[in-house]
Amino acid sequence: MKVSRIVLSIALVVLVLGAALPALAQGDGNVLIVARAADTTGLDPHTQTAFASLRLLELIYEPLVTLDADLNLVPALAESWEFSDDATQLTFTLRQGVTFHDGSDFTSEDVKASFERILDEATGAATRANLLSIASVDTPDDYTVVLNLAEPDVPLLAALATTNAVILSSDVIASGDPTTDAIGTGPFMLDSWVPEETTTLTANPNWWGDGPFVDGIEMRVIPDEASILAALRAGTVDFALLNDPLVATLLIDDPDVVLNRAPSIAYHVLQLNAANPPLDQLEVRQAISCAIDRQEVLDTAALGEGSVTGPVTSPAYQVPLDEFFCYERDVDMAKELLAQAGLEDGFTLNIMAASAEPPTALAEAQTIQSQLAEINIEVEIEPLELSVYVDRWLAADFDAAVALNGGRPDPYTMYARYFTADGNLATVAGYGDDTLNELMQEGRVETDPAARLDIFTQFQKHLVEMAPWVWLYTDYEYTAQQPYVQGFVPMPTDSIYSLAQVTIERE
Amino acid sequence: MFRYVVQRAIAFIPTVLGISVLIFFAIRLIPGDSITAMLGTEAGMLTDTQRASLEQYFGLDKPAVEQYFIWLGNVAHGDLGYSVRHGQPVLDVILHRFPVTLELALLSVIIALSIGITLGIMSAVFHNSPIDLFGQLFALIGLAAPNFLIGTLLIYVLSVYFGILPNSGDYVELTKDPQRNLEQLIFPAITLGFAFSASVMRTTRSAMLEVLSQDYIRTARSKGLREYPVVVRHALRNALIPVVTLVGVEMGYLLGGAVIVEEIFTLPGIGRLAYNAISQRDYALVQGVTLFIALNFLVINLIVDFIYTLLDPRISYAKHS
Repeated sequence: MKVSRIVLSIALVVLVLGAALPALAQGDGNVLIVARAADTTGLDPHTQTAFASLRLLELIYEPLVTLDADLNLVPALAESWEFSDDATQLTFTLRQGVTFHDGSDFTSEDVKASFERILDEATGAATRANLLSIASVDTPDDYTVVLNLAEPDVPLLAALATTNAVILSSDVIASGDPTTDAIGTGPFMLDSWVPEETTTLTANPNWWGDGPFVDGIEMRVIPDEASILAALRAGTVDFALLNDPLVATLLIDDPDVVLNRAPSIAYHVLQLNAANPPLDQLEVRQAISCAIDRQEVLDTAALGEGSVTGPVTSPAYQVPLDEFFCYERDVDMAKELLAQAGLEDGFTLNIMAASAEPPTALAEAQTIQSQLAEINIEVEIEPLELSVYVDRWLAADFDAAVALNGGRPDPYTMYARYFTADGNLATVAGYGDDTLNELMQEGRVETDPAARLDIFTQFQKHLVEMAPWVWLYTDYEYTAQQPYVQGFVPMPTDSIYSLAQVTIERE
Repeated sequence: MFRYVVQRAIAFIPTVLGISVLIFFAIRLIPGDSITAMLGTEAGMLTDTQRASLEQYFGLDKPAVEQYFIWLGNVAHGDLGYSVRHGQPVLDVILHRFPVTLELALLSVIIALSIGITLGIMSAVFHNSPIDLFGQLFALIGLAAPNFLIGTLLIYVLSVYFGILPNSGDYVELTKDPQRNLEQLIFPAITLGFAFSASVMRTTRSAMLEVLSQDYIRTARSKGLREYPVVVRHALRNALIPVVTLVGVEMGYLLGGAVIVEEIFTLPGIGRLAYNAISQRDYALVQGVTLFIALNFLVINLIVDFIYTLLDPRISYAKHS
C-alpha cells in the first residue's frame, strides 16, 4: 500500500518533469564513455596496486610482455625474449619506433631506469618482491636489454607481465614526478584526472599497435553499481566495469545491453590461520575442508556465477577437482577427523569478512557458518571495513578470513609470497612445510613446461590436503557494453587493455 | 546586533578547536592508514624501508601530536593541508565540491518549504478535513520512506520507463550549463526535499494550530479581518519560528553532504568527498572537510538566530550585550 503510493506519486512527478526534460544529448561521436564504481587511487604505476588504478594505468603505460585472453605471454614493448640455458640471464629484444607520450623515443635506457626504480626500496613498489632475482640490468644497445639474475628464475617473465612492472620514461624518472606526470607508451594519453569524478584520455596517434579506433575515453566514476546499470539502460554510457554478480546478472536477459563474462583467475578462499589453536591441528583444518560444500557456497553467495577451484586458477595448471582431498563434501569424515582431534563437541571459530569487498563476502561467510554448524563448529562472523580488515590480515590477527585474492598466471608468483619460508606473506598464510618449500624451489628453476605442470600439480594436491586454506571458487570478471561497441576482448585478469581495439559503430 | 555577531564569531574558535582535536585523533584511532588503504593486501609485500619511505611521503612519519600542531599552525594561515589522494590543497578540493552540495541543499530546502509549508497551513486551516488527512498521510510516507529507497525508485522509473538518466557521472556546473545542471540536480533534490517536506509540514501544522488558537488571532478576526490576511500575515509569521529552527538544523546536515543521495545520483559533493576521504584515510582531507562542515553548522546557527529577530520583533539580541 505504502510502496505503491510512493511509486504513484513518483511516477506523477516524473511524468511532469520527464515531459519537460529535453532529449538528452548522447556522448559526442567517437569517444567511449566508460563507467565504473571505484576510482583510481593514484597515477604512479609502480606503487599503485588497487584494481581500480590498474584499470586506468594499463591504458597509459605498457610492460615488456603482457598476457593474452588465454593467459599466454605475448609481446608488448619487447618483441621477443630468451632465457639463457641455466635460466640466469633473460634477454629482451625491444620493439623499435616506439615513442612516449611526450615524443621521446623508447629505448633500453628506459627499461633499465624503470626496473632500477622498482628495485629501489625508497620507491615503495609492491611488485619489487617478485623482481628481486634481478641482480643487474645491461643495455648492450638501444634495443636490447639483458637482465642478469642472481639465481634461476623462470617465473620472472610472468611477473613482468603486469602494470606494476611497466616502463616509464627515464627522463621522468630522473627529473620528473611519476606520481603526477603520466607519460607512458600506451594506446591512450592522460588528459585530465578529477578524482572521484572523471578521467579523460585521448587516443595516442603514434601508438605502435593497431589502434586505437576511438578518439578517446571518458572514464566516469558512478559509485553505486545499480546506478551504472541504470546508465547503461538509459544509454548514457557505452561501456561499464561491474563487480557485484547480483547487479551484473540482471543484465543477462537484457536485449539492449551486452554483458561480458570472463572466468576470473582471482579466487575466493576461506583462510584458516594454522598458527592459532585449534587450527594448528591438521585434523581440524581437514575437517573444516571436508565439511564445506564449495558448490553450495558458490550457488548461495554468488548465484552460481563461477566455478569451484583448486589453488592454482590459471587454466594451464589446473588439476581435476576429484583428485583433491575431500573436494566432495563428506560430513561423516569431517566429524571423524574432529573426533580424532578430540573436538567432537566442536568449538567456536571466528571468521572475519570485509564488508562489500568482495560484495559476496558476507554471504559466503554465512553459508560456511551453516555448513560448519553441522559438525558442531559454531562460526562467529566478524564484518569489518576494508582498511581494518587489511590491517588485521597483514598482522595475521585472525582465526579465519573470507578473502578474494588476485590470481597470477604463474603458480610460483601466485603462491611464493604465501607458501615459501621467506615469502612476504608467510605469516599471514600461517602455514608452511618442507614439501611446499621444495616444490616451490623446483618450480622456480624448471624451464620445461610439462615438468613444471607436474611439480605444481603435486604442490596443489599437497596444499589442499594440508588445508591451511579452503579454496572455494573463482567468479567472473564482468564488463557490459552497448551493442554498438565492438571488438572488446574480456580478460581473466580483468584487464581492459583491449579497449585499444574497440570501435564504436552506431547505426 | 553587530556586536552580538562578533561575539558569536569569536565563540566559534574554541568550538572549532575542540572539533579539530576530536576529529584529528578519532581518525587516527581507526585501524589502517593511507598506505594500506592504497595498496590493500599488497601492502604486505613492502619491506620496512619501503614502508618508511612511503610513510614519509604520506606524512605519517611524525608522532600524531606533532602532526596536529603542524596542521593547526598551517590552518591558522588558511592552509588546510594537502590531500595526497587528490594531489591538491584540501581547500581547493573542498571549494571545488562545495557548490554542488550547496545548490543541492538550497534546492531541497526550497522544495521542502514550498510543499511543506503549503500543506501544513492547509492542514491546520482545514483541520480534520480530507485535506488534513491527505497532508498527514503525506507526512507519514515522507518520514517513513528512506532516501535511498526514493532515490533508487526515481532512478529506476527514469531509466527503465523513460530511458533517460540526467546524470551518469557527467555532472556539469551551474555556471557552465544551467539547464543541464538543473536537470541533474532536480531529482536528488526531490529525493532529499520529499522527506524534509514531511517534517516541515508537521511542524508548520502544529505551530499553526497553536497560533490560530491564540488571543491575538481572535482579536484580529474580531476586528473583521478576512481569513487570508489573518492566516498569512498574523498567524504564519509566528508559526514559522519552529520551522526556521528546523530548516537551520536540516540545512546544516544537508551542507555536510547527503552521502547516500550523492552516491546514488553520482553527484560530486561534500558527502561523497568526506566518505571517500575516510575510507582512504586521507587524513588532511578528512580533517579539512569535517572542520568545514562544522563551520557551516555554526554559521547557519548564527543566521537562524538572526532570522528569528526578523520574524518576531520580540526577540532581540542587542539588549543582551
